[in-house]
Order: sequence, then C-alpha cells, then structure tokens
Amino acid sequence: MKTVNMMIVGVGGQGSLLASKVLGHLLLTQGYDVKVSEVHGMSQRGGSVVTYVRFGDKVYAPVVDKGEADFIVSFEKLEAARWLSHLKKGGRIVTNTQEIEPMPVITGAAAYPDHLIEKMQEKGVQVDALDCLSLAEQAGSSKAVNIVLMGRLSRYFPDIPEEAWQEALTACVPSKYLELNRRAFALGRGEM
Amino acid sequence: MKELMLGNKAVARGLYEAGCCVISSYPGTPSTEITEEAALYPEIYCEWAPNEKVALEVAHGASLGGKRSACAMKHVGLNVAADPLFTISYQGVSAGLVICVADDPGMHSSQNEQDSRHYAVAAKIPMLEPSDSAEARAFAMQAYEISETYHTPVLLKMCTRIAHSQSVVETGERVERPVIPYQKDPARVMMTKNSMQAHYRVEQRTKDLITYAEESGINRVEMGKDTSLGIITDSTCYQYAREVFGEDACILKLGMAFPLPEKLIRDFASKVDRLLVVEELDPIIEDHCRRLGLAVHGKDMLPMVGEFSQGLLAKAVGRPVPESISLPDDIPARPPVMCAGCPHRGIFYTLSKNKCMVYGDIGCYTLGTMAPLSAMDLNVCMGASCSGLHGFNKARGEESEHHSVAVIGDSTFAHSGITGITDIAYNQSNSTVIILDNSITGMTGHQQNPTTGYNLRGEPAGRIDVEALCRAIGFERVRVVDPYDLAECDRVLKEELAANAPSIIISRRPCVMLKGVPHHAPLTVDPDKCRGCRSCMRIGCPAIRFKDGKASIDETLCVGCEVCTSLCAFDAFQK
Repeated sequence: MKTVNMMIVGVGGQGSLLASKVLGHLLLTQGYDVKVSEVHGMSQRGGSVVTYVRFGDKVYAPVVDKGEADFIVSFEKLEAARWLSHLKKGGRIVTNTQEIEPMPVITGAAAYPDHLIEKMQEKGVQVDALDCLSLAEQAGSSKAVNIVLMGRLSRYFPDIPEEAWQEALTACVPSKYLELNRRAFALGRGEM
Repeated sequence: MKELMLGNKAVARGLYEAGCCVISSYPGTPSTEITEEAALYPEIYCEWAPNEKVALEVAHGASLGGKRSACAMKHVGLNVAADPLFTISYQGVSAGLVICVADDPGMHSSQNEQDSRHYAVAAKIPMLEPSDSAEARAFAMQAYEISETYHTPVLLKMCTRIAHSQSVVETGERVERPVIPYQKDPARVMMTKNSMQAHYRVEQRTKDLITYAEESGINRVEMGKDTSLGIITDSTCYQYAREVFGEDACILKLGMAFPLPEKLIRDFASKVDRLLVVEELDPIIEDHCRRLGLAVHGKDMLPMVGEFSQGLLAKAVGRPVPESISLPDDIPARPPVMCAGCPHRGIFYTLSKNKCMVYGDIGCYTLGTMAPLSAMDLNVCMGASCSGLHGFNKARGEESEHHSVAVIGDSTFAHSGITGITDIAYNQSNSTVIILDNSITGMTGHQQNPTTGYNLRGEPAGRIDVEALCRAIGFERVRVVDPYDLAECDRVLKEELAANAPSIIISRRPCVMLKGVPHHAPLTVDPDKCRGCRSCMRIGCPAIRFKDGKASIDETLCVGCEVCTSLCAFDAFQK
C-alpha cells in the first residue's frame, strides 16, 4: 500500500496534539506503520502549528513535504490556505470555517483574505468546510473542535470501521470528557 | 508491547529498561519530555536542576555513587554543561552515564542551530544518533553498555524530528542492577599528573571505540541493487534518503557520530561508484571522509543551514518533486503571541510606553519583541540580560542607566541570572533588572523550578526567596509589582529608572495557563461607548479584534484579566 500523507494544521492551543494522538492510535490498531511528527514549544503560543501523520506498509520520513498531502485537516480557514502548497494534486482539505485573526491582522498591518474556500475550490481543490466551532459548542464545549474534525475526517476512510474510531477516542480522551467528545465526533461525522 | 511513542518518551523507556536510577535535567525544547516521561517511573529519581551544568554534575555524581544515571538538555544547554563535560570525559564513570542532548535544526524553538556533534569530537565522548523512536529506546540502552565497558559518559543525540515524532516501539522489561561499590582512588582527583594519565586513557579509549564503531553493528551497511551511488547518512537524514532513493539505494547508516569508523566507510566506498553524504547542519561526516582521502559530495549540493526534508533532498540531487498549488493572495503570517491574560503583557506595555532599551532573555517573554508591544531590543542566551545590561551601562553610563532595563523570567533567573545580578551589585552599575515571576517555567510547557516551591513531581520542595536573595546580594532597592496594575507598573518603573542605585523590580503573577489560576468571565464591548480610538489595541491582546470601526472581544480567548479596561477612556469594556 502506498503511504497516505495527512497534515493537521491550526493555531497553537486549538488541540491539534489530541487529534494527532487519536489518529496515531487508530492507525496503529489498523495494522499500519505510522509516523506522527509534532512541533512543541514556541509556536504553541498562538502561532501557526502543523502536525504530520503518515501511514502505510513502511513509513520513512516523519514529515510531509510540498505537493505530498492526501489530506489537510485544518482547524482554521487561513491555516488551510497557508499550507495549501503541501496538498497533493487531487488531495482534499477538511476545514473548520472559523476565522482566528493573527496578530498582523489585529494590528492592521495585514488583511485577512476574503473568500478563501471559494478560491481554493477555483484551484480545483476538494474542500469540505464546516462550522466546527458551532458543532463543538452544540456537543458541549468549544474546545471539542478537534474531535468534530476527526468525525468529519472519518467519512473519508470507509475501510476503517466506526468502532475503531470510538475505541481510539476511549483510549486517548480523559474519561470525564469522553461523552462530550463522542457527541462532537458524531456531529462532525454527520450522524446527529 | 507495540506502541506508538514519541522519540523522547522512547529515550525515557530505554533509560528505564536499562535500570537508570537518577536523572537530573533542565527543561529545553526539544528535550523536555525525556525527563518528564522518565519521572512517571517511580523507580527513577528525577529532578529539575537549576541549570544544565548542575544537572550533568548531579548525574555524574550519581554514576560515581554507583547507579546508572542520565541528564537531558537542549543543544544550547550543552554549552552551559560544557565545563564539567570535558573533564568528566577524563574522570570517567562508575555506573553508566548517558547525556541526552537535543538539537533543533530549523530553530523551531531555539536561538541558534549549533551542531552538538562537535562536542562529541571536542570532548572525545562517544555519541549515538537514533533515527526513529525504536532506535531512541535501543540506543539509550546500548549507551549504558558502552558507558560501562569503556568507562566513559555517552552522548545520545536527538533532534527535533526524532524527539517530537512518534513511531512504533516494542518495549521490554526493566532490569535492576546492583549498586557499584565506591572505593576511594586518589587517581580520580583531576590534577596535573592524574589528568595527564587520564588524557592518555581517553586517547586509547577513542581508538578502542573506533573498533566498536567498525564491528558492533551500530553503523550498518544496507546494500541495494543500484550501486551507482552510495549514501552515507545519520539521524533523521537516513529517513529522508530512504524516502527519496527508495529500497534499491545503497546506504551506510551511521548510528554513532563519534568516533566514526574508517574501514567500514572505505569498504562501502569501494562498492559504489560515487559517494554522497547527507547530514544536517555541519559537514562532520563529510570532512571525516575527505580525511580518509575519499571523493564525496555533500555540502556542495546540500545546505548548511536549516532542517532537511525529502523534498529538499530530492531537489538538491535533481530528482523530481511533486507539483504544488498556491493562492494568489498574501497569506498573513501567524507568529506566536503572548496568551490572552499573560501577566508579562502589562510590563512590556509599560516598557514600550516609557521607550526603554530592553535587554531580554530566553522564555515566553521573548515574545515581547513582537508588534505592537515591540518592547525588546536584544537577547543572547540564558541570563545574558542581567550581565549584558551591566556591560551596556558601563559603556554608556548615565545616558543609558535611566532608560534601560533587563527582563528575565523566574526560571531563567535561577538558571543564570543570579550571577549576572551579582556582577551588577558587586561592580555597581546603576542597572534596573525586572524579574518576570510567573511562578513556572512557561515556554517549555510548565515545569517547576527553584523559585516555585515545588519539585518535578509537584511535591512541596525548597524555594528561593527572590526578594531576600536580591537583598543579600546587595540590592537595597527591591520592589514587587502586580503586572495587571498598569498604573503601579508605570510608577514603580519610573522611580527605579530615576534612582541612582541598582534596582530589582519583581513583576509577580502566575502564568494564566497554570492549573488552578482562575479565569474570569470574558469581557464584552459596549458598541455605543466604544469610540474606535484603538487605545486598547496597543497591548497586543489576541482576544481583542477591531471590526467595523469598533473593538470586539473573542470570547473563546478572553480570560477576563481586565488589563484592557485601564486603557479605555470611555469605559467600553463590560464585565
């Protein structure tokens, strides 16, 4: 099997480390070789963050390079656009429609670009955009955006049974937040 | 058991399984999790030392005491620990000693990208370099075998992409080891004659270790079908090389960065048409090959600066890279920022307002340099703010003394600031040092330190009384302010800058991200009261936006610190 390349991108503090933990756990239980590469430290303070997830029969490099990503899962619209160069031709973007203004926009030194999703679609990119923040709030916490996105992503892996995702949630999410995250997953997957 | 494991966690697992009993470290990205993960094993005594020099000396002391020990630090931490490092190489070990050091090519969270392999060469200490998590565990264990067989400390070199990548690891059981008895041996005192003998031993040890490098299998040849090119590589570069050149390529994968083998490299070279060395940062393997008289490609094709990737390598050797898509729009940068409610913000706002020259230091507060606060002029390394400001003021005198400050966090102060302020008090410059005491080591992810009163495991511990310490050092002017109180910050700063004496201002409030620090309900903006004057935008709070001529608050970020309210002349912020 050819290695599948995924990226999880967002703003430091949005919970991308939990999302990559869930994905890593899931893919390992499916019998794949898996590598997950994260960045800790400085950029976690509200900066642009990226996690690489690669799986297949045998994975070498821990990172995904330009033009290689089969999926980009984005916690924030601008971040999807920032990492677009890493998407493979024919690759898919799954993104939260939330806008979080970066400091240069807040100070007025730069503008937040308009119509990013349409512009990506015009480039021939398959974009699945949804308001994950509202769904997360509906599930019980704005912090559950990460699991809403995992629910959405799960739709693109028909060979992985939903029980395996549920098992990964159980293994990775603290038990007192499990029910909330199960709701968030179901809302993202589109089953509630 | 098979597990997906962070490289740093795998190192901790290897140390644990090998029977390590004592770990002393100072946190630093990307090395921190080695010690945090090891601390989850009750069999290992783990501590945060005030700095890396102390950590290495503690770990070496434990080795001499007869138990397997380790320390962990980031690349620049090894500079701090360099003094003991070179003589511990001579002194040797009793039980095994592993020194974990994590480089940061690409500087994801560092102020330089020095190549730690130079330290192995310079201090004549063997260095192992894993290329994934499974090797991180295995090499940590192998390092102890080498350490005890050759009576040497062993460096275990990680880098960001190994330390912070997860890959599959198979774990084993811990093996407990007997304590090695201590016997007084006058030859261990490192004085002239003993040191000379020790140096002879070290030179012989390196020769013996070259034989180990040739024969042990830690460096391995992987011969493929395509012998037109032979690749010599190490660490994460091995993974990029496999990705680009595939299964048919011939690769000499080096697991030991020092000492490097000779015969193994010559034999490999004789079986391939051309040689390419793929290594990040400096040409250490390449230079070694040239000394062996081999013609190699390396830094003539690959960069000396920054991190590698499969795409970078493919491009450099003329292999195809995939097409990529981009948008015509300028995508605004998203630099890291101080969190909403960060206690440092009030101080940096005050410094910016008073147009101070600010000599900064290493920590979250380095972010005070970003617009709109733009309140940091300089920084170098841990502790340099205090001593650097002293030198600056000695050069410029009164002209700068009344307009300049040093800012240093609580953990950095305990690490290397105390000696700097000692120089200020001893040699009397009229310098003002602001200690940003947020009760934690912030940037590396909330570690305790000697000023917090808790140890690595969160248990009550000794605590430096910072005010009393500063007074004891000779500062008569020691002030404490709450950084949320902008008026107080401004008043105290002006008084201390004006005073004709060295002074310390302690800005004290815990990090807003700390567990147990209460967050208040987010504020709102009354659009009728907001005049759109943008005064509140000057503090650079990520929770305040400006939309359609009015300020508004992002409720998911605001923690209700109310600092913005003291900037608004129209009372527009509502609780």
